[in-house]
Amino acid sequence: MQLFLPIAEVSVNAFLLLGIGGVVGFLSGMFGVGGGFLITPLLFFIGIPPAVAVATGANQVVASSVSGVLAQMRRRGVDFRMGLVLLLGGMMGSGLGIWVFALMTAAGQIDLFVQLAYVLFLGLVGLLMLQEAVRTMLRNRGGKAPIRRSHVHTWVHRLPLKIKFRISGLYISVLPPLVIGALVGFLSAVMGVGGGFIMVPAMIYLLGMPTKVVIGTSLFQIIFVTAFTTLMHAISSQSVDIMLAVLLILGGVIGAQFGAKVGLRLKAEQLRGLLAVLVLAVAIKIALDLLLTPDELYSVTKGIGL
Amino acid sequence: MRGAFLYLIFAVSLGFGLSQPTVAEEIVAQFNQTRVSITTNFEGSQIVVYGAIKRDSPAPTNKKNHVIITLEGPSSPIVVRRKDRVMGIWANNAELGFERAPSFYAIMSTAPLAKVIDEATDRLYHITIPRAIRASTRNRDAEQTTEFTDALIRVRTSEGNYVQSEYGLRLLQDTLFQGQIDLPANITEGAYRVRIFITRDGQVIDSQFREIDVRRVGLERWFFNLAHEQPLIYGILALFLAIFFGWGASTLFRYIRP
Repeated sequence: MQLFLPIAEVSVNAFLLLGIGGVVGFLSGMFGVGGGFLITPLLFFIGIPPAVAVATGANQVVASSVSGVLAQMRRRGVDFRMGLVLLLGGMMGSGLGIWVFALMTAAGQIDLFVQLAYVLFLGLVGLLMLQEAVRTMLRNRGGKAPIRRSHVHTWVHRLPLKIKFRISGLYISVLPPLVIGALVGFLSAVMGVGGGFIMVPAMIYLLGMPTKVVIGTSLFQIIFVTAFTTLMHAISSQSVDIMLAVLLILGGVIGAQFGAKVGLRLKAEQLRGLLAVLVLAVAIKIALDLLLTPDELYSVTKGIGL
Repeated sequence: MRGAFLYLIFAVSLGFGLSQPTVAEEIVAQFNQTRVSITTNFEGSQIVVYGAIKRDSPAPTNKKNHVIITLEGPSSPIVVRRKDRVMGIWANNAELGFERAPSFYAIMSTAPLAKVIDEATDRLYHITIPRAIRASTRNRDAEQTTEFTDALIRVRTSEGNYVQSEYGLRLLQDTLFQGQIDLPANITEGAYRVRIFITRDGQVIDSQFREIDVRRVGLERWFFNLAHEQPLIYGILALFLAIFFGWGASTLFRYIRP
């Protein structure tokens, strides 16, 4: 069934969109991530204009994060105070991202900028996760249980403006969460992602938050940052396509429930290893697009250029 | 609209003034539709033109008549960009602006265009695809203009938005003609201009201009208007739907699963 998308101005198969939403939802449910980093490149791939793909991707992440955070709240896995601090940084980052996005669109470099951001961040995070997962798997095979220290003091703990985060059991400066929030907000605006793949490792390794509150808190703040991003894109560039979003969301929320079931049967390090491979595959695909000679060197865009 | 009217006056005066004044020839044409509605399940459409050449007296037998039909979508300024290898990666490097380029342009004729119209006629009526496009006057490099114009035509042709079909029309008994143009599914809305020309000796002896209205309707119209006229409300609606579906799925599956 072909469907004409009112904002993207392209006609696509409705079942294809439901399918993309479903597959990405399945993976995001399994790994506990928003899935924006998969949805947005897939939308580019089926011919949705990049600006619409990024803005609509952000809208889709709102839905999957709401679905996820409700489950986390029921098991008390959300540190609201930490979430609010991250959120404050996120809003600033997102505002900056929207501005850069408009600037790059006018200069005709938005595609390159988005692609480079994907290669850089997905590549980096994918490699780190893979290395960590492989190390854990090897250690478990060796039979020695890892020694976990609950409080590791790093430079992060020497910064000023400390406050208490009761649910996370932390007493740290507000500056690192603000900066992490801002970085993730920025990425959300330019890449159409929630940024969970950066937020989660940053919370664990930089802030030292306990694993049980990490996913819930990350989802909590991602809802607001992606909602803000969606609104900003809707106002500044009218590039949110509701029809596209609803189909992706419908497929996504259903897929996520099944993914979550499968995820429960796998070991944590296996999940992280698989997710790392997936993230790296996307990064490599986009890197190849940049490195290999394209079939058509010319592109046509509406507007007046520089 | 006034441009089209001037064209018409010009075309008529040209038709009567320059061709043999004894033979008045006139186009009579009819379309299968003058309104195309972009609905939610729009998959493209087809414009069929039926026509005839009406004459007061028999056509001159020594010269051959030709017919051209063009269908032109709304124009907008565009930018064509070229990727070059910059520090190992392919990035947009050079660009050229075009003052106007139709979003869609189809042209069909009874013979190759070079035979049907001469250069002066093309310059006057902007009939061939390169003439229908106007590069920015800021650019004075002729070689670059040609390069980017060719690229623009190539890209839009491969997307199915620029179509040229020589011999796409047949003129039966020097009088009757029929042509059909496929509108692709990825179409811009607006007023589409249809032009019909009869030519002889490379010159236009009669022409007709009509408009086909291509519009989003129903849900498509509603979303598009809301997104552009009330972007804040549209954005809030998008968020509301996202939150509603996210909450709905979570709640629904909680009750299904014990």
